[in-house]
Amino acid sequence: MNWHVNFRIYRYKQDGTRPHYDTFPIEVKPDEYVLDAVERIWAKHDRSLVFRHACHHAACGACGMRVNGREKLTCITSIESVTTDGGTVTVEPLRNLPVVSDLLVDMASFYSKMEQAQFVSVRAAEPMVDVSTRQPAAHPEPAVRFENCLECGICVSACPISGTDPDYLGPAALAAIERMVKEPRCDVNVSSLLKLADNEHGLWRCHTAFECSEVCPSNVDPAALMMALRRQVLVDKVKRLFGRRSG
Amino acid sequence: MNSQSEHDKAYRVSLPRSVVNWFDPRGRRMGMWAFVLNRITGIGLVVYLALHLVVLSLLAVGEESWDAFVRLARSPIILIVDVVLIAGLLIHGLNGIRVSLVGLGFGVRNQKTAFVALMTVALIVLIYAAWRVFSA
Repeated sequence: MNWHVNFRIYRYKQDGTRPHYDTFPIEVKPDEYVLDAVERIWAKHDRSLVFRHACHHAACGACGMRVNGREKLTCITSIESVTTDGGTVTVEPLRNLPVVSDLLVDMASFYSKMEQAQFVSVRAAEPMVDVSTRQPAAHPEPAVRFENCLECGICVSACPISGTDPDYLGPAALAAIERMVKEPRCDVNVSSLLKLADNEHGLWRCHTAFECSEVCPSNVDPAALMMALRRQVLVDKVKRLFGRRSG
Repeated sequence: MNSQSEHDKAYRVSLPRSVVNWFDPRGRRMGMWAFVLNRITGIGLVVYLALHLVVLSLLAVGEESWDAFVRLARSPIILIVDVVLIAGLLIHGLNGIRVSLVGLGFGVRNQKTAFVALMTVALIVLIYAAWRVFSA
């Protein structure tokens, strides 16, 4: 059975008009995704609606938006999970990033910070089976790995600090640095990464609201990774204070 | 980075709006509520400190003005303000312990449990303190 849902969409154009919301009453299947509805609005109601998407299966991270005030990958957010028949779904662009038009934000500053983190996702081969015991190989962190990060920018949108400090590296970049420090690869200079993280626009700007980890669609848990890096930086400082340097 | 910042300034969300977002925990989870509570109680305690210094300056004015303040301080409205102040101290102080530990990488996975436990302690102590304030 189809539902009738009002989609309240944030609208903004760089023509001097004030940002506003347009409401589109449309018929949907409850198990369709929010992105499907946004695409239908674009196709059948308003061709000027600007948004970004690509893969439709949570692999590219392009369709991050705020749905009813909360950051979501809209391609995997079912309509029935955010509203009921006759209800309203508010769709807005990500926060803390410049809005180019409607639901589209400029990710350039986010990507530039990720580049500074010099994250390299290619790792050494990991054996699936330990050949000596014929048992599954033990991985250091099988569940939480930064390699799963989609670079969708959702963590930056949810972070209350990213909005007030444009130079803050942000959860994704800092978590990437933690991964590179923990498991250096491809000749990346770890000490320069630590220097990048250890300043007022880096690790110490985080105020532990943990929203980045709450909204992460890949369960990367950037907040925990940042706190782990803080601990390492602090231990290194204490060791230096007492004349010992960590290896 | 600098040219990027210039670009951001051209059409990013205004700073006042971003500051308002600090105090908006709607749809957020427990960590954000803790963040908002710490911000509000922190600002409240700073305002109280300023008021406290102003009140103490009455001592320099003379005995009469101080006695007048003491009579005011015993009124029910000021006693309620006292209880609010104690609540602010308890929330900010106890949550501050959690933030300090978690912020240095200790107990990160249990930060929600720690928040609930510490706020439960705050509530119990607050109830006792309110009873003492109004029964004194």
